[in-house]
Amino acid sequence: MTSVSTAPPSREPGEPRKPGDPGEPGERPPARPRRTGGRPRGKILDHGAWFLVLPALIPILVLSVGPLLYGISLAFTDSQAGRTTPTQWIGTLNFRDLLHDTLFWDSFGIGLLWAVGVTVPQFLLALGLALLLNQELRFRRFARALAIIPWAMPEVVVGIMWRLVYNADAGILNETIRDLGLGDGRDWLTGLATALPAVIVVGVWAGMPQTTVALLAGLQNTRRELHEAAALDGAGAWRRFRTVTWPALRPVALAITALNFIWNVNAFALVYVLTAGGPGGRTRLPMLFAYEEAFRYGQFGYAAAMSCVMVAVISVLLALYLVGRLGGGDDQ
Amino acid sequence: MIRAGRAARAGRAGQYLALLGYLVFLAFPFVWLLSTAVKPARELGSLHPSWIPRDPTFANFRQAFAEQPLLQAAANSLLVAVSAALICVVIATPVAYALARHRTRLSTAATGWVVVSQAFPFVLVIIPLFLILRNLRLINTLSGLIMVYVVWALPFAIWMLVGFVRAVPRELEEAAAVDGAGRARVLFSVVAPLIAPGAAATALFAFITAWNEFFFALVLLKTPEKQTLPVVLTHFLGAEGVADLGPLAAAAFLATIPSLVIFAVIQKRITGGMAEGAVKA
Repeated sequence: MTSVSTAPPSREPGEPRKPGDPGEPGERPPARPRRTGGRPRGKILDHGAWFLVLPALIPILVLSVGPLLYGISLAFTDSQAGRTTPTQWIGTLNFRDLLHDTLFWDSFGIGLLWAVGVTVPQFLLALGLALLLNQELRFRRFARALAIIPWAMPEVVVGIMWRLVYNADAGILNETIRDLGLGDGRDWLTGLATALPAVIVVGVWAGMPQTTVALLAGLQNTRRELHEAAALDGAGAWRRFRTVTWPALRPVALAITALNFIWNVNAFALVYVLTAGGPGGRTRLPMLFAYEEAFRYGQFGYAAAMSCVMVAVISVLLALYLVGRLGGGDDQ
Repeated sequence: MIRAGRAARAGRAGQYLALLGYLVFLAFPFVWLLSTAVKPARELGSLHPSWIPRDPTFANFRQAFAEQPLLQAAANSLLVAVSAALICVVIATPVAYALARHRTRLSTAATGWVVVSQAFPFVLVIIPLFLILRNLRLINTLSGLIMVYVVWALPFAIWMLVGFVRAVPRELEEAAAVDGAGRARVLFSVVAPLIAPGAAATALFAFITAWNEFFFALVLLKTPEKQTLPVVLTHFLGAEGVADLGPLAAAAFLATIPSLVIFAVIQKRITGGMAEGAVKA
């Protein structure tokens, strides 16, 4: 404990912040040498760290990591709800059954359509809104506060709200269509052709705020001087966006689209409330499919296999997307 | 010059117009919900519903409480959300401290988990979770749901808290350590008070997450007297669906108020925290 005050120039390998790190808020000015330095108490601290982490680690292991592994192993069993004979290992039988399950693959296709159909417009619309909110417009603060309201709402309420909007008789959408003389409107959520698009609109609406906030943060990180310099050089708005804004925004855009995609794949409550998978399975996302398989029909093993396939395919798609995008960034 | 000025002004006008379009798109469903909630049944049945009810009434709210056990559901939701938020912050704070101050292999793993958990496949987790909780006899209990929510809200809570801990100057801790304070003392009497506002914001965020959550509650709670607000709300939809728009809207509106109020309070901190994370990502 004697050497606490000696500040050796070299940092131990585990030191959290490297000398070259750009200062983050709350960072002390680099002029003052760090006094924790060599830390003869390093070992003790590590033991201490275990005690700090333990209260969170146990529930995480029991209720998060454990179930994940358990879930994967269930996929190779014939586990069912309420059966009396013991559960048995059946190898890859569930997966072989899945291969021929056209209902599941239909649902899978709908899920992909939904995830892409929501993520892409979500990004484009949120980018537009973020660019607007980044301008020196009046009411900007008010608009920003209003724009993130959907974020705070329970998904179930969002679903209920849009059911009221889409309602065939008492809904505002059909009433507006009637007012504009465009016909009688239709029953959006029960029409075979309109159900999925209608649900996708709700998905876009519900996810816009987070995306906007993330992109706005990225925009505020771009350098204003560069913008002004480019403007002086006579670069138009589109050129300035492409050469100054976009390169700075890219990492954020990449991260938020990847996250949005995952969140949208995991979406459940919205569609459950809006259509419950109907009409005729047109909006039955894989999440809904697996839920019904497990908790309505009690096929735990089969549903677990479905989930594994979903997770695997989504991970591969995401990896391809991220690698492709990151790779594309290098040659620019 | 003049032409450029005119073009700029037109551009500005276009921007306001676009902003207005966005706000209308984002706000109109909520306005419609409110409008439906205070419309008498007669107006809801008419073929030409109006934005502003001709004859506003609170009857729908009364009927909503009569039709479903909303008070019980709200009490359940409150209990679950408050407990989950408090437990979450209490166990997340030490972890956040450890992660912010020591980079061991453990903390690298924990950071990795925080990232992965953002992408957690709920489908894959819900079935085993159901089976585990059933074996522990925690199905259809609020304590089981609380445990799930704690674990579910942990990653984001840890992520936010790490940022708040980093903002605490190290000298303060070192001074306390030199004075002979142990690890726990340093954490509780030096660091904790300084990050209290951030911890409060984190707790409120965890509260909203738990208050709004539907999927786990749907699977894990079976009897109506145990169910939380979002699950009970779906009972209004029923099989007939169309019949009870007024009470449905009224109940949905009430269920949103706590989240909206809290969100308004912590809005700045959340968007700020997210901003930092997004920039670092």
